[in-house]
Amino acid sequence: MRRFWTVLGALATLSLTNCGYNVIQTNDEQVKSSWSEVVNQYQRRADLVPNLVNSVKGFAQQEKDVLLGVTNARAKVGSIQATPEVLNDPGAFAKFQAAQGELTNALSRLLVVTENYPQLKSDALFRDLIAQLEGTENRITVARNRYIKAVQDYNVTVRSFPTNLTAMAFGYKEKPNFAVANEKEISTAPKVDFNPTPATPAK
Amino acid sequence: MCWAVAAAADVAVPPLSGRVVDQTGTLSSGDIASLTQTLKSLEARKGSQVAVLIVPTTAPETIEQYSIRVAEAWKIGRKKIDDGALLVVAKNDRHLRIEVGYGLEGSLTDATTKRIIDEDITPKFKAGDFAGGITAGVNRMIRVIDGEQLPAPEPPHWQGPGSFSIDPLNPFLIIPVLLLGGLMRSMLGRLIGSAATGGLVTLVAWYLFGSLLAAVLAGVIASVFVMFSGSIVSPAPGRRGGGGGWSGGGYGGSYSGGGGSSSSSSDSGGFSGGGGNFGGGGASGSW
Repeated sequence: MRRFWTVLGALATLSLTNCGYNVIQTNDEQVKSSWSEVVNQYQRRADLVPNLVNSVKGFAQQEKDVLLGVTNARAKVGSIQATPEVLNDPGAFAKFQAAQGELTNALSRLLVVTENYPQLKSDALFRDLIAQLEGTENRITVARNRYIKAVQDYNVTVRSFPTNLTAMAFGYKEKPNFAVANEKEISTAPKVDFNPTPATPAK
Repeated sequence: MCWAVAAAADVAVPPLSGRVVDQTGTLSSGDIASLTQTLKSLEARKGSQVAVLIVPTTAPETIEQYSIRVAEAWKIGRKKIDDGALLVVAKNDRHLRIEVGYGLEGSLTDATTKRIIDEDITPKFKAGDFAGGITAGVNRMIRVIDGEQLPAPEPPHWQGPGSFSIDPLNPFLIIPVLLLGGLMRSMLGRLIGSAATGGLVTLVAWYLFGSLLAAVLAGVIASVFVMFSGSIVSPAPGRRGGGGGWSGGGYGGSYSGGGGSSSSSSDSGGFSGGGGNFGGGGASGSW
């Protein structure tokens, strides 16, 4: 009889450690750290914007609309605090994504406009800034991919049996992922139109 | 983006057969040999690992997507220092990229890398001089890396006939040690027997693992166990056997010894990545 209880006790403790709690912790920390890296790289991009705007202003100050658009988008991004808590709140996550998407769009428009200014394009400082911007965009992509993998592992753990029981017991829910549909919308490059447009009246 | 639906399979990451991997036959064997020598002396001098890969195409992936996959698979650069850099040329696509590890991003910044590509590499590539372009690019990268503060490379010190990266506290090693200990005890008495076993274990461990500290630790542990655990070969019943069994099992787990820290390419012959990580830094270009 005593043996039966020892075996049962051993199984119980074994199941607690092996049926998911530690795995969930590991995966959760992995998600948090890869999210921090994503936020880090987005921040790096936001930090490049003021220099970029200034450098373009030096050659193309008449492009006020576009420059203002970029500055405003950057301010909006700066006002959103992207802590790991954002991952537990789908609304906040969507807001964060939307703000970053707007900055991406504003930057694309700016780059399209700079095509019209060959002097700007051959300026050494501008070229360096563009190189840094491209590098940062790539880092963002890599960080997002790693975040997506981490979230996948975490969500699979939280949804699989029997670890989902542990997850439910301790209140661990699925974490949000970057939506593909959104991404398609965001990554559409603006059309480059070389035909001279007639002057449009001010809005 | 990597979400693009493509019927074609992604290009496989080639095995890291050397510092220069050319799948297009662009470089002559003389070029490859001299490039390899340059890169090898960089690693000996600074510890940083640089590799060159030439593939025909990276389609359907972009060169950025392909390069990061290669970098994550090859893991060049030292572990935790992440001082690796990779030059990838997709010859038919007419794209190239320099992928920079975390540890080199301070000197091989995105802007610097872009300049290396635009000023040193693509002009030569446009003229059809691939060997010249790659050599010029690599040389400039090395000049930049030489300016970076990196931890000194490990000298290729004597590691003993086997720098095993096996777990020196492996249970399979413990049993013979305990048996030896038991023998020593019965021959020499408890105190001298344990001291003798400890000494022997220290000598053998030092010879095998090259690390005096680990060897002394192993010796001390061995002598303590011989001193206090039941002798396995003694005829005492039950309790003794249980004691011996516990000490054998109790080792097994955590500490996986400090011996045999595998350093990457400290000897001639095979080149392998040192475990460095990449974050997507660097720059791309085309010609």
